[in-house]
Amino acid sequence: MRSSRNELWAGIRTELPIALSTIPFGIIFGVLALQAGIPPLVAQAMSSVVFAGSAQFIGAGMIGDGDPMLIIWLTTLIINIRHLLYSATLAPYAEKLSLGWKVVLSYLLTDEAFVPTALHYQEEPAAPKRHWYWFGAGITLWTCWQLGTLAGILIGDQLPPSLAWLDFALIVTFIGMIVPVLRDRPMVGAFVAAGLAAVLTNALPFPIVSQYKLPILVGAIAGIAAGVFLEAMLEARQSTP
Amino acid sequence: MNNIWLTIIGMGVITFLIRFSLILLAGRFSLGERANRALRYAPVAILSTFIFTEMVQPGGQIDLSLGNFRLLTGILTIAIAWWTRNIWLTMISGGLLLWLLASL
Repeated sequence: MRSSRNELWAGIRTELPIALSTIPFGIIFGVLALQAGIPPLVAQAMSSVVFAGSAQFIGAGMIGDGDPMLIIWLTTLIINIRHLLYSATLAPYAEKLSLGWKVVLSYLLTDEAFVPTALHYQEEPAAPKRHWYWFGAGITLWTCWQLGTLAGILIGDQLPPSLAWLDFALIVTFIGMIVPVLRDRPMVGAFVAAGLAAVLTNALPFPIVSQYKLPILVGAIAGIAAGVFLEAMLEARQSTP
Repeated sequence: MNNIWLTIIGMGVITFLIRFSLILLAGRFSLGERANRALRYAPVAILSTFIFTEMVQPGGQIDLSLGNFRLLTGILTIAIAWWTRNIWLTMISGGLLLWLLASL
């Protein structure tokens, strides 16, 4: 059985490349927040209080534009509603945890921490100390996000724009993490269907669709549906001689 | 002045409550076996949406040209990941490809 410490280190190790790749985004956030007229302390606080990249980017812009608070809150709700999916996916595994653990782990449940944690939980269904993995992944991302934001606030305006391609390092990391787990047809189907549905939704001629991150939600639902459908087809084929 | 703090605290509370909602209810309420099986596809589906849109629509518009180094890097990195099935090898070679193709 793996100890708490082993689980913690495994979570940190897996999350580290992803977390490092989010630093450029943290820097960009810091720069944009200051440009929007947000005081440095508030900009830094956004990264720890909100701790949700896309909602922070949109929120900072809206604060800068002087949009009403209720509209900003509603936008945050729409952008982050996809996290319900993460909450639903990990809930069965969190059942026996104390309320304190549930609060901490929920706070740390970002896109980037969810994926490795969910994959780890699916591979090791009966490890009692697994919540330390979740914590390790979450806190690693949290730390890098705070440091990236801080760097953006302090020295962001001195960085050369020729480094703009660094944003794609996160996608390279995502590919390295997810493609190796595409082991059967339903998984490959889910991957392709989710991506295509997201691109098509993103191509709709309504800017509000991509602003609210709806392509991610639509793509995720399409991917899950495709996976379930292909799985059922495979089972039907195997049960008929 | 207080408004900006209230705004971000509200954003934080909303975000937290979404993440916390079903985790809090775990045990008292279950989505059922079928839904839990379906959610096994959630991590793959979520990452795929980020990967595809960032490759194909880097500036918001669909760009399938050779000049789109993100698309090229992405396709090659997916191929490497598929054949090697190794996260570290993929990230190192993908990172080098990105650096190379972006500076061309």
